[in-house]
Amino acid sequence: MFDLSGMTALVTGASGGIGSSIAQALAGQGARLALSGSNADKLEAFRASLGGDHVALPCDLSDAASVDALVPRAVEALGGRLDILVNNAGVTRDNLAMRMKDDEWDQVIRVNLEAAFRLVRAAAKPMMKARFGRVVSITSVVGTTGNPGQANYAASKAGLVGMSKALAQELASRNITVNCVAPGFIRSAMTDVLPDAQKNALLTRIPAGDLGRGEDIGAAVVYLASREAGYVTGQTLHVNGGMAMI
Amino acid sequence: MSETADRVKKIVVEHLGVEADKVTEDASFIDDLGADSLDIVELVMAFEEEFGVEIPDDAAEKITTVKDAISYIDEHKG
Repeated sequence: MFDLSGMTALVTGASGGIGSSIAQALAGQGARLALSGSNADKLEAFRASLGGDHVALPCDLSDAASVDALVPRAVEALGGRLDILVNNAGVTRDNLAMRMKDDEWDQVIRVNLEAAFRLVRAAAKPMMKARFGRVVSITSVVGTTGNPGQANYAASKAGLVGMSKALAQELASRNITVNCVAPGFIRSAMTDVLPDAQKNALLTRIPAGDLGRGEDIGAAVVYLASREAGYVTGQTLHVNGGMAMI
Repeated sequence: MSETADRVKKIVVEHLGVEADKVTEDASFIDDLGADSLDIVELVMAFEEEFGVEIPDDAAEKITTVKDAISYIDEHKG
């Protein structure tokens, strides 16, 4: 089950916390990866650590022309086919809405939502030709629940869900599925530095009693990327230890 | 029949899975050949590849019959 041998995938934000777990999970199931990220050195180091025959494609997702060029670069680097696209890259520019600057709003929407759209638009072409495709976008529990200080981020993540549902309907007849994975609180460098009191307060909201791990997200992405999940489309798989049941 | 017409009709038959004799020059992709809007996008992609022409979106929107496709390609292929 969930064997991805012979399949290729483009993963954005691949050297980040959750992104690297997703990349490891896909590679572990046999997929060959094009890894994208904004920091070329970090990306190359991660690619080398993965072993195997993967490629690193640094890209600034806030630059429309670079984003439009990314899928063709990936298709070329992966030998002419792209089976799986994982829109994982995301940024935060948290601020109370009343204090939020235009560029804090724009930057988050551009990277988290617009870049994802540009990438799916480009990826749909080779996927339609191949009559096979899997698009998985990483959204967030806050796209459903909201979160103070994250009007921009929550909007971008909710936007991914709506966009995916529209694309799922457009592309279903071509055996292309479009889904989302919505992580809750995942253990990362960011959560490691939280004070204990804050961490404990967080945990009281999570029935599972623990933060999630990157591997939990990687496994969810592997499932949605697999051939076996071909009848699942337009869905959001929430991976959050029960903190929100939607 | 021109060479372009033959190749266009072959692509239409392959992509839409219709009988070759239904693909007349006056046939409308949507009304006569059962294509949907996604089929049209795919046909345009296939024409672009087969003939090495670029068919911009505003031109693609005007291609509704087999004849429209043949004429556009004949006018624009290198």
